[in-house]
Amino acid sequence: MTLPTMLDVRGLAHRYGTHTAVAELTFSVDSDELVCIVGPSGCGKSTMLRCIAGLIKPSDGAVSLHGDPVDGVPDDLAVVFQDYSRSLYPWLSVRGNVEFPLRTRVSGRSARRARAMEALSWVGLSDAAAKYPWQLSGGMQQRVSIARALACQPALLLMDEPFASVDAQTRAELEDLLLRVRHEHGSTVLLVTHDIDESVYLGDRVLVLSGSPASIVADLTVDLPAERDQITTRGSARFVELRTEVARLLHNKRPAEAAPTQPVRTNEERAAERFLAAEREERAQQTAEMRQGRQ
Amino acid sequence: MRPFSRNLIGLATFFLIWEGVVRLNLVERVFLPTPSDVAARLVDLLGQESFLRDVIATVLAWLVALCLAAAVALPAGLLLGSVPSVRVATRVLIEFLRPIPPVALIPLIMMLLGSGPEAKITLAFYASVWPILFNIIYALDEIDPLLVETAQSFGNGRLRVMATVALPHAAPFAFTGLRLSAAIALIVTVSTEYLAGSDLGIGAFIIDTASNVGAMDQVLAGTVVVGVIGFLINGGLERIGRRVFRWSDTTRAEALT
Amino acid sequence: MKRLTGFAQRWAVFVVAVVVWQLAAAAAANVFFPTPWQIVLKCRDVWFTTSSGGFGLSDAVFEDMLPSIGRVLGGWALAAVLGIAIGTALGRSRTGMQYVGSLFAFFRTLPSPALVPVFILLFGVENSMKLALIVFGSIWPILLNTVDGVRSVDPVKTETAKSFGIPRTQWVAMVVLPAALPKIFAGLRLSLAISVILMVVSEMVGVTNGIGYQLTYAQSQFDATTMWAWIVLLGIIGYGLNIALLAVERRALRWQPTRAAMAAAKAGG
Repeated sequence: MTLPTMLDVRGLAHRYGTHTAVAELTFSVDSDELVCIVGPSGCGKSTMLRCIAGLIKPSDGAVSLHGDPVDGVPDDLAVVFQDYSRSLYPWLSVRGNVEFPLRTRVSGRSARRARAMEALSWVGLSDAAAKYPWQLSGGMQQRVSIARALACQPALLLMDEPFASVDAQTRAELEDLLLRVRHEHGSTVLLVTHDIDESVYLGDRVLVLSGSPASIVADLTVDLPAERDQITTRGSARFVELRTEVARLLHNKRPAEAAPTQPVRTNEERAAERFLAAEREERAQQTAEMRQGRQ
Repeated sequence: MRPFSRNLIGLATFFLIWEGVVRLNLVERVFLPTPSDVAARLVDLLGQESFLRDVIATVLAWLVALCLAAAVALPAGLLLGSVPSVRVATRVLIEFLRPIPPVALIPLIMMLLGSGPEAKITLAFYASVWPILFNIIYALDEIDPLLVETAQSFGNGRLRVMATVALPHAAPFAFTGLRLSAAIALIVTVSTEYLAGSDLGIGAFIIDTASNVGAMDQVLAGTVVVGVIGFLINGGLERIGRRVFRWSDTTRAEALT
Repeated sequence: MKRLTGFAQRWAVFVVAVVVWQLAAAAAANVFFPTPWQIVLKCRDVWFTTSSGGFGLSDAVFEDMLPSIGRVLGGWALAAVLGIAIGTALGRSRTGMQYVGSLFAFFRTLPSPALVPVFILLFGVENSMKLALIVFGSIWPILLNTVDGVRSVDPVKTETAKSFGIPRTQWVAMVVLPAALPKIFAGLRLSLAISVILMVVSEMVGVTNGIGYQLTYAQSQFDATTMWAWIVLLGIIGYGLNIALLAVERRALRWQPTRAAMAAAKAGG
């Protein structure tokens, strides 16, 4: 069955002055699909996402959403940012935050309110509607961001490292939450991450970005069953194969010289993962510091 | 275009509009002289010995008042900030004293001290104690308990923690308080000279010349001199603060006074 | 019981100070330093004795006290409206502050009381002069703080609003202004104090009513006790206005977590 194309990106490139952040990206996302883009930190993933969201104008190339060229921010698109604590409005209650983008989309105060409460129920936060964001834990705050995005019923949901700032336990919960709501609501999602496991676990497809400027080195279809589970899926042989494949692609190793049985490679991979984990840690710390700095 | 040239354009436009409004007789020139009149008078004044004497009298009174305020407010702030029971006990007294506007005390001080330098120094001192005091109290109140606990965990006593953690933490705040106080002290000094009819000082010069109609250019020139002094003091202290307290965000402290 | 000791702790020093003052002033018998009790009696005479001698609000309340408070509030409110509006516009514009920034910073350092002669010539000695002086003197902290606050809007919040296609007016009203609000309130508090000062100054020069006028009048009569009474009143007005503003601020900024609440939330979650 061929699905209609929701997002089509052709030859996307962006330069800051002489520095090329993104070069020649071409890919598409079909309706109801969850596509993960995985790449190392600082490879231009965020720039690419902002170009797709219409937040910055790409230097080159074209983006179209359900056939319409993107010029400025499209109406039926929503973004979930990594930094939930900065993306939520501290002066609005949880419900106020979810209603915030609905003012232009839903007419009538009670209709907006109903829609917001519905979206909050999807992420299991009906009870927290009257609270302010700082009264919630990090994971709950990011659930509010997700509810806010879903309440807009976007044709495309963009997620920029959405789970990179929460602890591992919460991260797993949020991943499962995303899988559940996207099946329940048939959302089309484009998710950017630097976590290899996460990209394989969540995605129907994984696009591997590599190098600087970023370019797509592989487009893998994740042929895992649609029903996924943190323990059995992550333990399955196919999952391990896929994540190894992605890891190898990420670090620019040709498949021929990279048999997974070779211990040397595994060490290299481990080192790479440790590097990525350390980077993730650093990033989370920076966010925490930034948050503290503002208080 | 450079920010600096935009700056110049902004200033030039302001003066041109002012000049134009007066020259087109929208305002009478005796009431509001043109900026060129004021500038000419300013050059004139800066060559006059009596005016320079006024400037020195004002700046000296300001300096004495500010030093006194710092000498009182620093230890008082440290005491109130680090001993909560003292702070609680004196809060009502302070809350009652602080909102009394310093100019309201001018008549009283005049009765007591006359209109000499003691009067303006006393009032400027009174006005400039508060920002320093409150900034220090606030800083000691806001100190991250983790910093204190870290210091204590290394076996430091109360006084040592105070010297190594609390003081460096409070210093930038105290300095911001000092900067705010400097501006307030200058305005109060000049206002007192002006309202109490002192013999010396820029404020005295302004009130003396203001009684002659048509001397508005002198009044404005005098006011501009005070403005420039204040501007330089503030800019200078800001620069010093940024250099000395490079590790701290001193602008944060400004929000509370 | 705990509340009672707290209350005692808070007021003990104040009460002791007043008692010491009472005893010292009574002992010194200096005309410039009346006892607190004499001041209280004087307050009753000045404000709570009707012209026929009975108990009630006196003429001074209507002719001096209320006009003065009206001038402070009027000038300050005008400065607030203008300062926030202009400050928001300048803060949003990329180059606006480069044109007028240093000019405004200079205006801020001008000693506004010294501008009274110019303002008298331009606006006369009536209320318009006092309002103009109060507005000119107290607008700068509000304006410059608003610019600062508006500028400090977190880029992620701006981007979030953009990504949802939020229209301009909603963006200013629901993102920019709330983000700037803490700074705006700091400016408002500063300029409220300035407004009270300028009210007194403008009334000391060339008018015949208001608290400032009464102060200078009492001085010319060498009536120290009456002067003390008006000074105490100014303290009460300043204190009251500040308390009222703080209450409004606390309500408007109730979304801001307090330190204690943050700690509790962290411990709980």
